[in-house]
Parts: sequence; structure tokens; C-alpha cells
Amino acid sequence: MRPAFSVIFLTTLIGAGQGLFVALYSAEYGASLGLWAMPSAQYFSLGCVLVLALLGAGLAASFFHLGRPERAWRSASMWRTSWLSREVIVLPVFMAAVAAFGLVHHLRGAGDLTLALGGAGVVLALLLFVCTGMIYACLPFLQEWHTPLTVINYLLLGCTSGFLLSTAWAAAQAPALLVTAAAWTAGATLAALVMRGAALARNARLRPKSTVQTAIGVKHPRIAQKAQGFMGGSFNTRDFFHGKSISWLRLVKWGFLLLVFPLPLALLAAGAALVSWPILAAAFALQYLGLLAERWYFFAQARHPQNLYYQAIS
Amino acid sequence: MSKQLALVIDLNVCVGCHACVTSCKEWNTSGEAGFMSDDNPYARDPTGTFFNRVQTFEVGEFPNTQTVHFPKSCLHCEDPPCVPVCPTGASYKRAEDGIVLVDYDKCIGCKYCAWACPYGAREIDEHQKVMKKCTLCVDRIYDELLPPADRKPACVMACPTSARLFGDVHDPESVVSKAIRDSGGYALMPEWGTHPANHYLPRRKTEITLHRDELERVDNPLKIDGKLPKPDSRAPSLDDSTSW
Amino acid sequence: MCACRCGIRVHLRGGQVRYIDGNPGHPLNQGVICAKGSSGIMKQYSPARLTKPLMRKPGSERGDNQFVEISWDETFRILQERLAKIRSTDPKKFALFTGRDQMQALTGLFARQYGTPNYAAHGGFCSVNMAAGMIYTIGGSFWEFGGPDLERSKLFVMIGTAEDHHSNPLKIAISKFKRSGGRFISINPVRTGYSAIADEWVPIKPGTDGALLLALTHEIIHTGLYDREFLARYTNAGYLINLDPNSEMQGMPVHDASRHEEIPEYPRNMLWWNRLNEQPAPCHQPDADPYLLGEFTLPDGMPVKPAFQLLMERVKDYTPEWAEGITGIPAATIRRLAHEMGVTARDQKIELPIAWTDSWGTEHEHVTGNPVSFHAMRGLAAHSNGFQTIRSLAILMSLLGTIDRPGGFRHKAPFPRGIPPIAKTPRGPEGVQPDTPLAGLALGWPGTPDDLFIDADNQPVRIDKAFSWEYPLSVHGLMHNVITNAWRGDPYRIDTLMIFMANMAWNSSMNTMEVRRMLNDKDESGEYKIPFIVVCDAFQSEMTAFADLILPDTTYLERHDVMSMLDRPISEFEGPVDSVRVPVLPPTGQCKPFQEVLIELAGRLKFPAFVNADGSRKYRDYPDFITNYETETGSGIGFLAGWRGKGGEKFMQGEPNPRQWEMYAKNNCVFQYKLPPSYQYMRNWNRGYHEWAQRARLRRHADPIVIQIYSEVLQKFRMAAQGRGPAKRRPPAHLAKRIETYFDPLPFYYEPLEAQVTDAHKYPLNAITQRPMAMYHSWDSQNAWLRQIHAHNYLYVNPAMARAQGIADDDWIWVESMWGKVRCMARYSEAVEPGTVWTWNAIGKAAGAWNLAPGANEAELGFLLNHLISDELPHPSPPANSAGDARISNSDPVTGQAGWYDVRVRIYKAGADEAQQSSPQVTAVSALPGMDGVRKTWLAFVAGVKK
Repeated sequence: MRPAFSVIFLTTLIGAGQGLFVALYSAEYGASLGLWAMPSAQYFSLGCVLVLALLGAGLAASFFHLGRPERAWRSASMWRTSWLSREVIVLPVFMAAVAAFGLVHHLRGAGDLTLALGGAGVVLALLLFVCTGMIYACLPFLQEWHTPLTVINYLLLGCTSGFLLSTAWAAAQAPALLVTAAAWTAGATLAALVMRGAALARNARLRPKSTVQTAIGVKHPRIAQKAQGFMGGSFNTRDFFHGKSISWLRLVKWGFLLLVFPLPLALLAAGAALVSWPILAAAFALQYLGLLAERWYFFAQARHPQNLYYQAIS
Repeated sequence: MSKQLALVIDLNVCVGCHACVTSCKEWNTSGEAGFMSDDNPYARDPTGTFFNRVQTFEVGEFPNTQTVHFPKSCLHCEDPPCVPVCPTGASYKRAEDGIVLVDYDKCIGCKYCAWACPYGAREIDEHQKVMKKCTLCVDRIYDELLPPADRKPACVMACPTSARLFGDVHDPESVVSKAIRDSGGYALMPEWGTHPANHYLPRRKTEITLHRDELERVDNPLKIDGKLPKPDSRAPSLDDSTSW
Repeated sequence: MCACRCGIRVHLRGGQVRYIDGNPGHPLNQGVICAKGSSGIMKQYSPARLTKPLMRKPGSERGDNQFVEISWDETFRILQERLAKIRSTDPKKFALFTGRDQMQALTGLFARQYGTPNYAAHGGFCSVNMAAGMIYTIGGSFWEFGGPDLERSKLFVMIGTAEDHHSNPLKIAISKFKRSGGRFISINPVRTGYSAIADEWVPIKPGTDGALLLALTHEIIHTGLYDREFLARYTNAGYLINLDPNSEMQGMPVHDASRHEEIPEYPRNMLWWNRLNEQPAPCHQPDADPYLLGEFTLPDGMPVKPAFQLLMERVKDYTPEWAEGITGIPAATIRRLAHEMGVTARDQKIELPIAWTDSWGTEHEHVTGNPVSFHAMRGLAAHSNGFQTIRSLAILMSLLGTIDRPGGFRHKAPFPRGIPPIAKTPRGPEGVQPDTPLAGLALGWPGTPDDLFIDADNQPVRIDKAFSWEYPLSVHGLMHNVITNAWRGDPYRIDTLMIFMANMAWNSSMNTMEVRRMLNDKDESGEYKIPFIVVCDAFQSEMTAFADLILPDTTYLERHDVMSMLDRPISEFEGPVDSVRVPVLPPTGQCKPFQEVLIELAGRLKFPAFVNADGSRKYRDYPDFITNYETETGSGIGFLAGWRGKGGEKFMQGEPNPRQWEMYAKNNCVFQYKLPPSYQYMRNWNRGYHEWAQRARLRRHADPIVIQIYSEVLQKFRMAAQGRGPAKRRPPAHLAKRIETYFDPLPFYYEPLEAQVTDAHKYPLNAITQRPMAMYHSWDSQNAWLRQIHAHNYLYVNPAMARAQGIADDDWIWVESMWGKVRCMARYSEAVEPGTVWTWNAIGKAAGAWNLAPGANEAELGFLLNHLISDELPHPSPPANSAGDARISNSDPVTGQAGWYDVRVRIYKAGADEAQQSSPQVTAVSALPGMDGVRKTWLAFVAGVKK
């Protein structure tokens, strides 16, 4: 598939937002259990602003994906069947929950209401991860995507980046939380590494179910396309091919593995040790770059069966 | 069972002439699905929206090569993966005749349906920014202003080898159902369970088997001109050595 | 549109074309339509349309593409002045050559009335071998002249046909044939198009078809699988040939001088050796049966053999093993093919309960047929050995007994015609006189050397040297040599060259770059060597840049057209068909149908057939001309055969009908005359048909058309070359050997002339082109839809061969012949024979032509194979007085058919540092006045909606 940048930004930004919100809520929930002191109202309210900023930016990015953004409102209608429709519904509801959570924190501080609102928000955040992941995972013939690992990785990678951001936020706003947040981040990062690694390993071994033989229904080991019916390209050649070399793909893979996992972890350790929010913010930024690469790779790696019909011109 | 309109494409007679490609474009660009834009029409890399393309594949190695011309358009799956994923309901399958259509007024151009189609049957119109695909000429086949013989998809009307059959695959007596039954019609990428309504008929080979004794017969003209001597009756034969 | 001339229906909305579909009432295409027809909208509204008459800008050089608009009045004034002057001095200095012309009856009439011999259409560089080789043998040919009866055939063999010829009808027929269980074999170096759906593909090396056909003939004769009865009755296989070495007439069929000849040009007084009484007998005597084999001595002591015996001797050494080495087809396959043909023909006989009477009075209760059919086209024709190859094919078809019989080959009216057809050119320069129509036709069918169109010094009268000793049977002319000859002044210089619908500055010329140079070359006095060039076309092509005057033609949707039987007919097996087109759109801009231009000029120049006795103009316009023109006053024969007579009650022949157009329009624009079944078969020898055809004035005579297994016409030329025989003319010494060799009355195989002078080790590959089905020659690159399908072209190479040269799929490579080289991209293909490389014809374009952006795929990546092909070869036997650089056309020595497919090449990888651009490139041209100078960056065509 050709990576769609609007979708890459959408998924990575809202993923970070969702993760950050989960971290914010965890901070309140832990505090409510007495595990640590309740952070300031500002930690939550401004934190929610940050979350909303990420979600809003993601949402804005998503509009660039649409041919007819003015009709975007229509996309909520098919929630019974379409994960995309569900995402479109869950995202604003989640944003509303985040806003409410932040607003109540700002107006009244932590309490049962925030706990309840936040709990709902977390459920929505998780639901949103599922929706986003399922958009890809539900397509059976995109075999690289059609696995629970897709949803898990959307969840874990979103949490990783959100948690990492939360460490920077904690370093700035609630240093008491920092160690815990860092530990959680490290945990999420390691879990994401394992699961993303598992997805890579799985996909490397994947045998495409569709072949040119099944595509045209001719049983012969040697079939080669000579013409695809046009020579100057079409939607099919523009939207489903990344057009990059295998070595570039490999570079991106190792690049994101480096940028998403070990480097942020190292910076996380340094940032946590030094209680330096700029280091942690840099860690987040670095990891975010890695996530852009990861998401690019996620698309590029997927071999759409339609490509079997678009192999050669003459 | 309800109706399922479909095309059956006979690869046994398709010569790859592209008549179905341009007749489709011609009908649809001024039809309900129109316009169908073309970019760089007179410059480098011309490209445009088409609902139907003819591709060419080579099967085997010289000299045992088959050249297969392969027309491809929306297969109007019985279980179309492009429909449920559509967030707006723009992509839908008609209950009355099984045609998979796009409501261009609802489409937001998110391309998700194209991702969800394993066959690459959908193309976004780069200028209207909505998804388009074969409509089975829904604006022709029910048009009562047209003579009944013309109420067929444009590609079917055009096809010089009548390699494109059109009809209801749910009706066992239809021309398409019979063709599928009689000529081994098959579906593309059956592995995804999409149950395409469109089917393809495979290449079929006619051969002649000759017995070498058939080459020469009693009326061989060489005999008339005295150029094919009769076997010598004195030469040894079974009659000389066998008694039953 | 295209030369298949299918019937179409054009549907308009708001004055624009909504869609075009096939006319279901038209017998030719029966409602179907091709990719080109379906893209007619983009042709109609193409930005490459010429819309105004243009004159080369004063002071600019020809080829600079600098033009100014002029009015039609001015255009006609210029043309009238120039053409009248030439006509009253030396009319042959005006040459009219037309390309994909569907109005040859009119263009030919115009030239004849003008009085110039220099007229031809594109047949000479297209498929004249196919016409001549078959018409000189069976009196008919493929495509518009006849074709395979696939409705009843059981075995269909297509050889040397690519994607195009007789496209829709053939597609319809092949499909039905396959569906009804027929077996389809395709013999072709390349497997594309029709061949793709063949049951068996037999790859063959280009130019070797003759070897295959002769080996098949060998096998069929030697296994006795020929239709003896058919050969005996309907061909000259049983005619006794004079073998007396001392006789002036050695090699000619023996004529019985005592028998009266009704028609001296078509003698019938030959002899058989009657098997029933072992005596010589007049041929075709109903109660006789000829020996086909053996040798005999006539009572006067003359040794004779039946023609078939000579054929058998001729093919004796043409064994399948011999052919294997030449064609690349295994001998076992050749044998099997021969057996399949022979056994199918013999054992699956068709018998129709149709009674008919043959030319000799024998009544037959049934029409019978052998269901083996063939189709062939340029793959056989476009070689310099094509004439003899096609003779071989016609003879093989005759051996199988498949001529005009059910399931085999069938004629289309007005064929079959006499062998040769009656039409003749003048015999010498006296036929060309100032202010006088040509004393004969510009193109004809020589029957003897005395029919050649040469002067007393054996020099050609025609600019293209057609009907000269160099190419005696060049029945379609040699358009491919016109520019070279005119430029060189050999045989003479001309003044004005008018080109209609032919892209001579690009894909229709061999040696393209040189031809472009010749077109704007000047002599010592600074005058262009071809002083004035008029181009008429609907589109800006590569050719328009070289015009002095451009006449913008209409499209087929904007004018009246007739598909006349006087032209290339569109008849069906069942009987004559003609049709018309009526305009559905007004002309674009100032476009004027070329027919109207000709009618106007003919009136202004006062051609006898176009003016009344008082000198006033006879025809108002082209429709009026079609309605009222008769071939001779009162002949009752006009361009259209339908709805003649005062009230439209007559067919084929009758007085002009003022409402004829209307009646065509009311009847689907098509007229089909269905012959009674008994006249539909065996038309070479069908007395009923002949009498009908004579009454309908399709033929002058009603004599049988006996298949020429042994060609008398060829033998007459050979005898002249040997300095004997009845013909008065003798070839010049330097051409005698050539005539003697190639005018063999029996088919034979020789390597194409170019191969004979090429180092096969240096240039091991054959390079050929095929025409894509979605393009009409070079014409459709201006079509926004069709050019998406074929934006540029690759050279298809067999992967095993290419790998051995170190060439990978997609590599840029050089293709080099003795004559030139081109750079292009290679595409691997398993569907091409390893000794052949090929590409789609005429996809490559000159930069800027057809109003495409200079960087368009066609110019940047596409290429033209023509750059590798020479229009001439070194003369193998130059005249004594030549300086040694004598040249002769790269054409068939019999017919002058251009040897397009004879070129031999080598290929090698282009350097890594070279530009990834096709080569050669030419300077880009820009849009002409009246054309849309600003190219749209995108299109959104919706008919009838104001944007």
C-alpha cells in the first residue's frame, strides 16, 4: 500500500493523545487509591488540553485524507458495519469525555465525577484503539494487517507514545509521578517492542494467499503480466504502491525500531534520572518520528492483492 | 432467490481489442456516473478514470505460450467487502438486482472501499473526488427510452466477440448461468469468500486426433492418376502362413 | 474513420456526441463496435483537428511548421491556377496519392479525369501482394474481396494476420467459430490479438511462410490429400503444358488453335489428357476427366505434362524437413498440419441441398464444400517474396478444394473477377495528354508485358515506376517510392504532390528521416525539389509540417460518405453490399470534406465528367454527384447500387434516383442484395451467377474463372524475359534475369530480397510491427482515451534471446539494421519467436505532432521502427550505364509491395550514461493556427452540457 500521510498523522497523533489520557487517568486513579499524591488540577486540565490538541490535530489531519471533507459528517452513519464509522463516532465522544474530564478538573478538581468521567474516557480511548486498529485488521486480504496484533500494536504503540509524553508532562507538572510514569512507559515500550516484533516476524513469514494464478484464474506456474490496460498510471497504481526500493523499506524498518524503542528508552532513563522534561519531551519527539516511520512501514509492508493486476505495462 | 445481475467474460474468445474499455468510458462519461475525468490527456503520462480495463498476461514459456487477454471491472460480489466498510453508506448493494453501486452524493472520498476491494475494481475520480466503479450501466439497462435490445451494458453491446455475457446468475436458466455451468465458469480470488457475481470462462482447446491409417483411403486421388501402386498380391501375407 | 467501415449509430445530446454504437442492422458489424469506434467522441473533439485552410508562411522554410490562415476562395484560386497550368502542359507533373482513403473511386476518377497517371492509394505499401497474389490465382482475395466462411468451417488457419484486418467482422466470426467447436490454428511469429485465442499457435520466422506453405503442399500432394475432382474441374491443374524446348511457346498451356475463342483475353481452348480414353481432349469437356499427373506426347509430337504434374515436381524437394530449417517449425508439426487440413477437407465434407449449374452446363444437385478455411494478410504480404508466398497459399487452398465453397474461402461481390481483371492502364506515354483525361485507368491489371505502362525505351510513365519492368504487376502502385523518386527526378521531376490522409513524413514512409529531408530539399536554383505539396487531413500529423497548403478535412461524422462497390467493396458472401454515411454534425471550423474539394476543383478545371456540354458545372456538391454520376452516360451504374431508377425501384443498375440518399438513410444507410442460394457458391464457375453478374454489370463477361495453379500471366512475362513468346515487349537486359526468376508460373520460395543482401550473422533478428486493435494506424494518438492504452511502445523480445545479449526486461536498448538504428525500451515476451523482435506500429510520434505536448510518451519513450527500414536496396543488376550506385525499391519484384517486414536487425544494451529517451528525435513542432494552442491539463467530457 502507498502510505497515506494524513492517516499516518491521524493514527499516530490520536494514539499519543489516547495514551496520554490513559496516563492522566491512571495518575488520578492511582492517587484515588492512595498510591501517590493527587497531582494538581492543572496537571489534569492542561493535560487534557494537550490530549485534545493531539486528538484535534489528528482529526484535522484526517480531513486531508478525504476527497469530500465537507461531507465528513456523513461518515458516522454506518456504525453497524464499518469500523471507520465507529472510529468517527468514538473519536468525538472520546474528545468530549476528555474535555469534560479536563473541565471538571479545572472547575472542581478531582473527585468521583472526574473518576467516573475519566473511567468512561479510558474505556472510550481503548475502544478508539480497537476501532482504529480494526479498520486495518478487519480486511482479510490485507494479510499483514489481518491479525489481532494490529489492534494490539495500535494500542501499545499509542500507549507507549502517550505514556512517554506523560513522563515529560509529569516531569514538568507532577515530578512525584515521574518514576511511576517512567516505569509504565518503559513497560509499555517493551510490550510494544515485543508485539511489534511479533507482527514483523509474523509478516515476514506470511505467504500471500492470492497469487497471479488466483487473480486471473489460470493454473500455471509461469504467468507474467504484459499490459495492464493503460500506460500512464491510474488510481490503482498510484494508491496501492509505495514505489520505494526494498532497501529503503529495510532502512525504514530498522529506523523505526531504533527510534521507537531503544533510543526513547535511553532518553527516558536519562530524563527520569535528571527529572528533565526537555529530555523527556525530546524522547517523545524522537519516538514520534519513529512512529511516523512505523506507520509508514505498516502501510508500505501491506501487499494489496489488487497489485497482482498491476505489475507491468507495455 | 433475488436477482443478481452479472457479467460472464469468456476468455476463450476475448482478443483484447479494448472495445469494452472505451465503449464503457464513452457511455459513462456522459451518463449518471459521469463525468470520468482524464488528466494529462495530451501530455506525458495520460491517465483517467475507467471502469473497465483489458489486461494482458502471458502464461507459460515459448513456444508453449498462451496470451491471455483479461478484461476486468467490478465483479459485483455477492458478499462485497467494499460495502460494509463504507462509513457513509455511499457504497451499497442493491437488493433488487445485486448491483454494487456508489451513491456519489454520499461518498466522502475516503478510499476505504478501494482498500477493501481485493480486485482493484474501484477508481477515485481525481476531479470529483468520489469513488467510482462499474455500474453495470444501471442507467442503460432499465432505460425504457432505449429499445429493449439496447438495454444492456455498453461493453456487452460493443464486444465484437460477444465475450461478455450479461444476465442474472441466480436464474439457472439464464444465458450467464448456463455458460458458467457448461463452460466451467470460475470466480476470481475465491480465497476471500467475496463470491463475485461476475464469472470468467476459461480457455478451451479444440484438437483433432488423426489415425495414421486415415491418411490414405480407398478414394486416394493418387490412385486415379496411377501414382499409388496397389500392394503386391504376391507378397507374403498372413494368408500364406496361417490356417484357422 | 477506419477502412473496416462498420455501420454506426451516433447519438447526440445538445448538439454533441453522447455516444456512438454499432448499427445492429448493418451486415458488416451487426451492432458491435471496436475501441476506436467507441472513442469517436475524442476523435471528433480532438485538439489536433485542423480547422482552417493554411498556407506556408511566406518566407518560412518548408518543415518549419509556420503557417498563415487563408480562405477557401484563396485556396481554390491557388489550386485551380496551379493545377490548370500543369494540366494544360504536362499532367503527369501533378501526383495525387492517398492513404487510408475510403473514397478511392472518387480520388481515382479525379486523377483520371485530370489526366495524370500518378495516382494510387496506400495499397502498394499495405497489402498489394495479398490482392495480386490471390487475384492472379483465384480471381479474388481476402478482406473486402473475400474471406473464410467460418460459419461452416471446421478448421481455420490464420497466417500472418495480426489484430486489425477486417477487424470486427473477423472477430465476430472467429468467436462464433470457436464457440461452435471449430479448430483454430494461428501461424505467426507473435502471439497477440486473434492468435491469442487460437487452439494452437505455430510460431514461424518472418518471411518464411512460403516455405511452410510449399511444404504443406508437398505433404498434401504426396499423401493424396488433395481434392482431385475440384482441381480437375475448376482449376488449370489438368491443362497440358507445352514442354517442347524448341517451341516458342514452351511453358505455356497448349491452346487448341482450331477452337474459336469468344473472348481472346480469356482463352478457353486448352487441352486435357482424357483419362477415360487416353486421348487429348478439350478442357472441361463434361464427359472427360483429365489426368493430373503423368507425361504425354501430343499427336504432333509435343511433349506435355499436366500443370499439376509440374506442381508436384516443383514441390518435390520442398519437404517438411527442408521447411523446418527455414521456418523454425518442426517437420512433424508441418506434417500434422497438412494432415489435419487434408483429412478435415476430405472427411467432413459439407453438402448443401442447393442445385446449381456450372459454366460448362453441368447441373449439380448439391453445393459441396470442404470445411477448411484460411485468412492471411500483411504478415505474408509485406515481404519481397510475398507475391509467390500468397500464390502458394491460394494454390494450397485450391488443392484442398476450398474456393468459393461452403466452409472454405468465399468471394464477396464484385469478386471473383477474371484473371486478370479487365481494368488496364494506358500502355505508354501517349495515354497522357494535356487537358485530356487519362486514356485508361491509373491502376490496372496487366495480363501480358504489352499491358505495361512504359515508353518505347522501357522507361516507366508513372512517377512510382508502377507497371514498369521493375515491378510489372504493381496493381496498387508504389506510394512508398513517390517522394524518393520525385526528389531524385527519376524517372522525372513533378510539380505538385497532393497527399490525402497519409503520413508520409512519419510512419507511412520507410527511411523516414531521409524522406523528411527530401521533402524540404532544394535544387541548385533554390527551388524545392518537390515544388508544391498539398496535404489534406483532418488532423495535424507529422506530414502537415511539410505542406505548402493544408486543406482541413472533416471527420467521418461531418460529411456524406459512400462505401461503394466501385471502391473497396464491403460486400458479404451472400451478395453485394454498399452503404453510406450521412453527416450528424456540422463541419468543425472551416473544415471541408475532401470530396467537396475534389468536386469543386473538378468543376473549376472543367473535367469532362464534371461539366455539362456548355461547360457549366455539373454537380452541385458531393451528394449530388453521388446521386447523378454514372460511369458512362446512361450506364445506370453509379457509386451506389441500392435504390436506383427514378423511383428507387431498381438495384445494381438503373437511372439516377434523386431520392437515393433519403432511401439509404431510411434503410439503415446500407444496401444489401442477397443472391439466391444457387448463386452464392462456386462463383468462379457458376453459370447462373455469371449471367446475373453480367446483367447487373458487375462483370463484362460471363466466362468461367479458372483457378491458375499454373499462371499463364507469369509465364508470359517470363517468356518475354527469355526473349520469346507472343508479347511484343522485352525487358531491358539488366532486368531480364529478375523477371525470369520471379515470374515463375509455379510457386517457389526465395529468401526476401533484403535478407539476400544482409549479413545474417551481424543482423540475426527479424524486426516486424503489428497494429494494435485500439489504434487506427498513426491516427489515434490524438485521442485522449486511446492514447492511454498505447502511450508508448516497447520492443518485444524473447527473454531467452535477450538474456543471451545481456538485456534485462525494461532495459534501454539499441536496435540496429543495415540502414539505421533506434533506441527504445525492451519488454520480455514469451509470445514471440526467438529470432523475431517486434513492436506496435506507429505509436511513436514526432515531438509536438498531433498536438501532443513535446514531452509526451509517444515522442519521449515511443519509437518508430521505420527508421530501420530502407525504401531502397542496392540494385542487384544495375543498368549498364549506371554509376554503380543504382537503387531499386525494397519491394516485391513482381508487385512492388513494400517489404516492411524484411528488415533484419541486431539489438544491444544502451550505455548507462545515455539518455533514457527514444532515438532519433526530431525538432518539436507547435500547434497550427486554428488549433487549440493551449492544451487542456484535464478533460471532463459530458455531452451536451455547457461548461
